[in-house]
Amino acid sequence: MRGLVTGRKLAINRLRERRPLDAAAVDRFLARHEVPIVEGARCTFAYRGEADEVSLVHRIVGLPDHLPLRRLHGTDLWYGMLELPEGSRVEYQLEVTRGGHRERINDPLNPRLAHSPMGSSSVCYAQGYVTPDWTMPDPEARQGSLTDLVVPSRALRRDCRVTLYLPARFRRTARYPLVIVHDGGDYLRYAAAKTVLDNLIHRLEVAETVAAFLYPGDRLAEYANSAAHARYLTAELLPRLEAELPLAARPSGRCLMGASFGAVAALSAAYRYPQVYGSLLLQSGSFVFTDIGHGHGGGPAFEPVVRFVNRYRAAPRRVADRVFVSCGVYEPLIVPNRSMVPVFEAAGMAVRYVEARDGHSWENWRDRLRDGLSWIFPGPQKFYYE
Amino acid sequence: MSVILLGPQRRPTVGAVVASLGLSGPLATVNAGWQDRGRDDRELGAQLGGRDINLALYRRWLDTQDRDPGFAAGERALGGVLAELQDLYLLRLDYALQAVYALQGRGAGLAGRTPGAAGRAETLAEAIAAVRELDAAHLRRVDEVRREFFDRLRPQDRPVLAAHRAEVAELLGRAAAVVIAGGHVGVLAQVLHLFNVAPALSRLPVIAWSAGAMALTERIVLFGDRDPRGPGHPEVYGRGLSLLRGAVLLPHARARLRLDDAPRMAVFARRFEPARCILLEPGTRIEVGADGRWPDGLRVLGEDGQVSAVEAA
Repeated sequence: MRGLVTGRKLAINRLRERRPLDAAAVDRFLARHEVPIVEGARCTFAYRGEADEVSLVHRIVGLPDHLPLRRLHGTDLWYGMLELPEGSRVEYQLEVTRGGHRERINDPLNPRLAHSPMGSSSVCYAQGYVTPDWTMPDPEARQGSLTDLVVPSRALRRDCRVTLYLPARFRRTARYPLVIVHDGGDYLRYAAAKTVLDNLIHRLEVAETVAAFLYPGDRLAEYANSAAHARYLTAELLPRLEAELPLAARPSGRCLMGASFGAVAALSAAYRYPQVYGSLLLQSGSFVFTDIGHGHGGGPAFEPVVRFVNRYRAAPRRVADRVFVSCGVYEPLIVPNRSMVPVFEAAGMAVRYVEARDGHSWENWRDRLRDGLSWIFPGPQKFYYE
Repeated sequence: MSVILLGPQRRPTVGAVVASLGLSGPLATVNAGWQDRGRDDRELGAQLGGRDINLALYRRWLDTQDRDPGFAAGERALGGVLAELQDLYLLRLDYALQAVYALQGRGAGLAGRTPGAAGRAETLAEAIAAVRELDAAHLRRVDEVRREFFDRLRPQDRPVLAAHRAEVAELLGRAAAVVIAGGHVGVLAQVLHLFNVAPALSRLPVIAWSAGAMALTERIVLFGDRDPRGPGHPEVYGRGLSLLRGAVLLPHARARLRLDDAPRMAVFARRFEPARCILLEPGTRIEVGADGRWPDGLRVLGEDGQVSAVEAA
């Protein structure tokens, strides 16, 4: 059951008052409700089973990362409530302690899962969140194609795998814009990037676009302001793609895209090769910086990132014409991302900034692709008058 | 010859309109705006009683690109230059229109005798004039670039194009009328120019709707307030065939524009006057005489931002 329940007690409180409050009552309760139970802004989480302690574990900035659940007296049902603003999407797990053994699990009562390279988590859709229909396969949308190629790189000293997306109705006589996607395999797998491109192109919201999905080697090294990675992109990958494919081959037709460290890689490559890439699409960039001192809290992997971002912030430089920035308000990177917007603007770049009530997650990045791609490479919708 | 303009054809009226004209002979159709869906024209053919001859302009365009690489390369370069021009124009237009809307927000658009009203109205008029100059300058640049392209590549002298042009002319020579469907207005404008359809349109009855109608005007204005990124600025795209003058055509205006935003609509109308911004809604039928005179009763955007019916000029 979903939706705002006005003037009524929360479902869990009605259950608490039920007599007899026994296993059968809990059975009926769980059969009647989707868990988490969303009642207006209030979301009730639940776990059923014997345990010593149960906690809700999440990464919403501003809230304690462990929310202990309470046991409903006389039953094996545990519950806890979070107030989530409209449109929120929150990934979480449950931490169950039994006999001194602590285990993190996905919510067995909630079939909704989000996936990432780190594994899966349960997801709570607060009131007002709807999975965008353009992220799901549309039988009407013509399918683009995916093909793999290998680009030998002297800069990175490895053979680099690239998955190439060619839009439906691809023609050699046309010219296409190109988006180069860091963590491309993850974008394809966890952010439905191919489905999103197929759908947004079909709906005329995004131009017919070629996408090159990249796979990092040593990700934390290559994506943390690496000169070798920037050289690979600009002196090896780009020339090859522009030689072999009918691409627009001018800055306005080139975009670098990435999330988290991938966004740092995109920005730093554009910084090293200014005006090669006309657009950047940066999602939840790991733009960690310090205003004073050296404490940034990011650990050793962030050292080169912090040095780069500090340098950039001290002397902002126009590295592209347009920068799309998105970030979830529940992720720790929200402050660095908000802080970069005026810096990019001061450097003379057109900036579009979008926030979402979401976290540092692939589904957040998926849900913002329409805003980003349709701004970077707008489709021909404005030309159609049927 | 007369031109009949129709609104969007989701519920087709073209069959009844053509039947009412009592034409005998084949009907040449242009559905290049549908691009690669253009071959699926059975429904259109049925509306026209099976008398349709599709000029297949989109297919001819693709064939030209395949068989004349020099021309294809030139067209791609043209597309790049035009896209860049449009981008720069939109950048400037954004600032110019923001200024107009900001002045409106300060009450410059309000009529009345409040202190300083005349000065504010004058300031607003100047800001709109700056937008009009920008629109005009952009159109001049687009015209120049296109003229240079056609002068340099001379379509009439290129064998593939010349052969297609001859075939199209032959088909049009047998036609009793030309029917131009909607779709992608940029593609339509390009192929109508490229295959030299204009001479036939000046002697045959023309029935056109939506993008097909826009492509007949002297100034194509793109518009759309329902974009996922929010309302866009109406933008001058380029010239159509200039068969129709003094009008900016707005197909499906009610669906595509925020007509209830009178201040914005007022700016829209004032930007393009003395041309009238004419709504082409579903069910609309406008017959423009051979003298180019517009009929009475057109539904247009007025200077006050309201939609109203007007008398012929």
